[in-house]
Amino acid sequence: MAMLLNEEQQAILNGSKGETMAKVMKTMVKYGEIFGAERMVPVTSKYNHLVTSFGLKAMTAVYELMDQLLEAGVASGQKFTVDPRPIDKNVPANLLQKAIFNLAMYTKQEEYEEQLKKLGLLSDSSFTCTCYMDEVGNKPQYGEVLSWAESSAVVYANSVLGARCNRNSGIIDLMGSIVGYVPEFGLLTDEGRRAKWVVRINTEKKPEAQLLGSAIGMKVMEDVPYVIGLDKWLGNELDDAACTYLKDFGAATASNGAVGLYHIDGLTPEAKNFGHDLILEGAEEYVIDDAELERVKASYPVIWKNKNAKPKLCFMGCPHMSLEQLKTWTVRVEEGLKASGNKKVVIPTVFTASPAVLEAFSKTEFADRLKATGVITSYICPLMYMNNPLCKSMPVITSSNKLRTYTSARYYTDDEILSEITKGGNN
Amino acid sequence: MKQFKGRVIAEGEVKAPALVSHGGLNTLASFQKALQFGDKKATCGDQNNPDLYGKQMVGTALCLPQTIGSTTGGLVLYCACAMKRQPACMLFSKPIDSLAAAGAVLADVWVDDVTMPVIDSLGDEFLEYVKDGMTITVDIDGTVTVED
Repeated sequence: MAMLLNEEQQAILNGSKGETMAKVMKTMVKYGEIFGAERMVPVTSKYNHLVTSFGLKAMTAVYELMDQLLEAGVASGQKFTVDPRPIDKNVPANLLQKAIFNLAMYTKQEEYEEQLKKLGLLSDSSFTCTCYMDEVGNKPQYGEVLSWAESSAVVYANSVLGARCNRNSGIIDLMGSIVGYVPEFGLLTDEGRRAKWVVRINTEKKPEAQLLGSAIGMKVMEDVPYVIGLDKWLGNELDDAACTYLKDFGAATASNGAVGLYHIDGLTPEAKNFGHDLILEGAEEYVIDDAELERVKASYPVIWKNKNAKPKLCFMGCPHMSLEQLKTWTVRVEEGLKASGNKKVVIPTVFTASPAVLEAFSKTEFADRLKATGVITSYICPLMYMNNPLCKSMPVITSSNKLRTYTSARYYTDDEILSEITKGGNN
Repeated sequence: MKQFKGRVIAEGEVKAPALVSHGGLNTLASFQKALQFGDKKATCGDQNNPDLYGKQMVGTALCLPQTIGSTTGGLVLYCACAMKRQPACMLFSKPIDSLAAAGAVLADVWVDDVTMPVIDSLGDEFLEYVKDGMTITVDIDGTVTVED
């Protein structure tokens, strides 16, 4: 179905702003037409967010396309944040890994960051997947239309903030922002935001965010779930703890499945506004109890060469940790070490967070306390760190189900991770 | 032999051996190592996809329900096409998802010398019928013929 464009959009498509801008508009129109979009709607958020933050040598085609955009002078009017950097010298890496990162993989990093600056990067510290944190400042309002990518940020913006954004791909995120319009379909429409699944939480204890998100993602795939019974564990206010939980939960739904929006009964904004009216007639049902979560956890493959290897590295913070999470975990690690009689963590451990959150954390009393436990803090993207052949034989543990999905990292619950890093397992 | 009719997302004609993923294809997890480390056959690196893990994707008729995972998905497909490491065609049993659609559109609009026919909405029966190695023929009108 052909989309109905307004005069300005049609003129751009016809070349009024040059050939390259016409191709950008053509891309967005074709993208929308696949999904039956009838019109383009303005992007209304203050800032954009891009998913591509890494200068991978293999992505030459992307950088060439960026050059084309820059040469044609079609940079976005919106400033943007972008996903985390792939390299940080604070994160442990052996000589071979460093050589691979710097000489083989991320050789285009500096060049690409220059392109990002020219295209409208908000600031030099705008590299994070949790751009919606208060400390970072890219937090859209309820109902705003976005042209974002980054699955964990999109699902958070839609679900927790009530903004409207499809699960756009990298490059599409930038092109929507450049033309200032995105096609109206899917999660931009009222109908597309209604739930095809009802998920009932019948657990005896608070479900692990990353595990629950994984179970739901794998079950509903790209559909919208309406989750009933989770407010019993999270409460009915979106406080720091609830938002942190939903950040991790959502990232798991988006990476283990393809969820772009979820509703939590009695908690998330649209569920509070519209309640069960959001549930489509004939919605399927998925009941989750403790046994179901155990089943899901047991289904994860362990692809370490030596399945019984002692972990060499622990990553927490995919997506990046919140300030609340850094503080809470500082206390947990201290208590774990005290109980085990160890002074420092027994596995090299990296907590990752956005540069802005790390700066805020550094001003709290918790920063020195966490440092004293031996935990390293970093702004790195753990996923990008692990994107190399050496990591497959490197036993890395994590409580991130996103990291588990994309890499050879082994998933443990938060309690298990605490035990591993403070005691060295359950022994 | 059996024929299925789908919707044309990116048109073209091709004949290729089938490679079947019954679960969603995680594009980033599947292609990232191939793109980064010069694997011209694009060996699937997704540990969570037992159907495809370790199998070569270049030149195959990739049959799948949808793609899942990271929103770099479309960009990764675009790069695979630009580097000529794409499947011969992509055949979706369900309506195409936004990430795969982005990849198909980006390749179509911005890559001049590569054709990767993409057909969606072929139906669940298509994915139940087709097996690895069967010969797939894609016609310009979205007709997909599967032969033993």
